[in-house]
Amino acid sequence: MSVDLEKLAQEEYKYGFVTDVEQEIAPKGLNEDVIRMISSKKNEPEWLLEWRLGAYERWKKMKEPRWAFLRYPKIDFNDISYYAAPKNNPRPKSLDEIDPEIKETYDKLGIPLEEQKMLAGVAVDAVFDSVSVFTTFKEKLAEEGVIFCSISEAVEEHPDLVRKYLGSVVPRGDNFYAALNSAVFTDGSFVYIPKGVRCPMELSTYFRINAENTGQFERTLIIADEGSYVSYLEGCTAPQRDESQLHAAVVELIAHDDATIKYSTIQNWYPGDKQGKGGIYNFVTKRGRCIGRASRISWTQVETGSAITWKYPSCILEGDNSVGEFYSVALTNRLQQADTGTKMIHVGKNTTSTIISKGISAGEGQNIYRGLVEIGKNAEKARNYTQCDSMLIGDCCGAHTFPYIEVRNSTAHMEHEASTSKIGEDQMFYCRQRGLSAEDAVSLIVNGFCKEVFKELPFEFAVEAEKLLSVSLEGSVG
Amino acid sequence: MLEVKNLHVQVDDKEILKGMNITVAPGEVHSIMGPNGSGKSTLAQVLAGKETYEVTEGEITFQGKDLLDLEPEERACEGIFLAFQYPVEIPGVANTYLLREALNAKREYREEKPLKHVEFGKLARDKMKALGIDENLLKRSVNAGFSGGEKKRNEIFQMQILEPTLAVLDETDSGLDIDALKIVANGVNSMRDSGRSFIVITHYQRLLNYIVPDFVHVMVDGKIVKSGGKELAQELEEKGYADF
Ligand SMILES: Nc1ncnc2c1ncn2[C@@H]1O[C@H](COP(=O)(O)OP(=O)(O)OP(=O)(O)O)[C@@H](O)[C@H]1O
Ligand SMILES: [Mg+2]
Repeated sequence: MSVDLEKLAQEEYKYGFVTDVEQEIAPKGLNEDVIRMISSKKNEPEWLLEWRLGAYERWKKMKEPRWAFLRYPKIDFNDISYYAAPKNNPRPKSLDEIDPEIKETYDKLGIPLEEQKMLAGVAVDAVFDSVSVFTTFKEKLAEEGVIFCSISEAVEEHPDLVRKYLGSVVPRGDNFYAALNSAVFTDGSFVYIPKGVRCPMELSTYFRINAENTGQFERTLIIADEGSYVSYLEGCTAPQRDESQLHAAVVELIAHDDATIKYSTIQNWYPGDKQGKGGIYNFVTKRGRCIGRASRISWTQVETGSAITWKYPSCILEGDNSVGEFYSVALTNRLQQADTGTKMIHVGKNTTSTIISKGISAGEGQNIYRGLVEIGKNAEKARNYTQCDSMLIGDCCGAHTFPYIEVRNSTAHMEHEASTSKIGEDQMFYCRQRGLSAEDAVSLIVNGFCKEVFKELPFEFAVEAEKLLSVSLEGSVG
Repeated sequence: MLEVKNLHVQVDDKEILKGMNITVAPGEVHSIMGPNGSGKSTLAQVLAGKETYEVTEGEITFQGKDLLDLEPEERACEGIFLAFQYPVEIPGVANTYLLREALNAKREYREEKPLKHVEFGKLARDKMKALGIDENLLKRSVNAGFSGGEKKRNEIFQMQILEPTLAVLDETDSGLDIDALKIVANGVNSMRDSGRSFIVITHYQRLLNYIVPDFVHVMVDGKIVKSGGKELAQELEEKGYADF
């Protein structure tokens, strides 16, 4: 295919700009003082500081995991700054108090913070480096009793809720990156949906990394009380830089009886350049506990950015009849690598899980699906359906699947399907014969391949995801 | 309109077309018949620009342009349409979506405004009715799970929407029941006019009772070995290819 490859390969990452804003940045390196500094900046209560320090103690004894199918240089954790916040008024009360540069940044990213300009029915928490700079529609949501704010604010205003649930899904010593996050997490979103409330809007957090040589460690905590419903979406972008940056987030979800949490991610961190220079290292621990009867947690992710992705959004199905779902599209182009998948841990009776994973590899991208389905001995009549499809575009990329299954109850019903296909020459030719350019043909075919996942996204975001996929695929045909 | 001169084509060092010549004037319908493996589909695919086939010698001009210089999508936009012998399945892509994209790509090429959803919907439904195609087929994924006959009808449906200048039909009649054959033939006949030409590849004289060709060519071992009028098809039906 003699498409103008040069031109396409030079297509810039659209969100790679840097915002010029005065920031307060902690000196590089990690020690107790840094943790105390972060905690005091946030006026945290003593228990939280202790919790952080405990996490740090554990982290120091832990080894960086290397079992993933990922290759990257050793990360020097003392060469990173653990706190960066805009200097001007880090917690504005109204829009007028926000640094105009920051406001403009969000405008440029297509996330205007003025409520009247927003997508109808979407509330946004905007996180800029280490702090949440603004949360929209807070008052409107409060009318329904919904709490949607930054986690720092939640620590101050709703300490009992935070204390009860923080670390209840991902304990602070869970794994290397989770421990690191627990020690130094800076901001993130907090959501509480009271009993019987169907959250009237989509909630979303938009994460923006801006500062150089800093890591982003956000922490999100979502609690859906009995019979409630919430749909939450996170989006992420970062400037284009030559140095890689670390992003190690923790997300915890708790669903009580009959509650539903739908959590969607559109991850578009800077992926690095053609030579693989720069890009975000994305090491994320996401887990949900379906503690209530007939509760439901659904993860949908579209992962197109980052140089390295290490991420396994999981569900622990404790309540009887609870449901866990994982829908994933992971795309790796150029030199990107993704090792991603899920864990479905069936504890309660009649629990059901569904896993649909679509991996697309182009360029020299490497895409790994790693999944665990565990059926505990009391999980009578648990059911799992897993479908893992991989698509290869070109000859230099790779796809691997590592499905692990552990069944300790003989009444379990498991179904597994997997396929690998090379994007068909024949499909390409068919589309081009009808008049589509090679790029349009690839994105049409790939979007078709991902349809089952996209249909799980809220409508506006499904459109966004399709566009993003097309952009991320640019330069992949050759 | 189309001129193919001394065309030599090979795949994996194996020569398949060995000096193929054919000239098609505007408004003409040419039929190509010939034994299995003689190179008919190869010719069709080369006209459409399939890259796995290497043209080693000869030339193809289409409306004064050197076709071999053009990408497949450019050829499509210039007015070449191929109804595939084996239409390809594309899971997850709605039939109507591909077709709208295709039509709009063609319109953009001609610097026309893209067709709106409603306008396209109406156009598509009208054509579907005429071809007796179930409307559900529009929403389903391209060719996925279509029956053999449905796939072929879908090709003709696409042709009607895209309105090519030169349509190459590769065994579109294979696998069609009698009624479908008539519908497809009507679909083609309704598009015949002085500016549009067809190359109809078939194994059966029966189709040519419905789509009456101006010329019939016999292709054997990568070359046209005999050309004539529509009566040649009748002759072949009786005698087979043994004489060639
Ligand atoms: N991609 C390919 N690789 C190898 N051989 C090929 C390829 N395409 C075609 N051929 C060979 O070229 C010859 C001509 O094939 P072609 O499909 O053009 O025949 P045809 O006349 O259309 O036959 P049929 O009537 O059976 O459809 C056959 O021997 C076929 O095996
Ligand atoms: Mg053939």
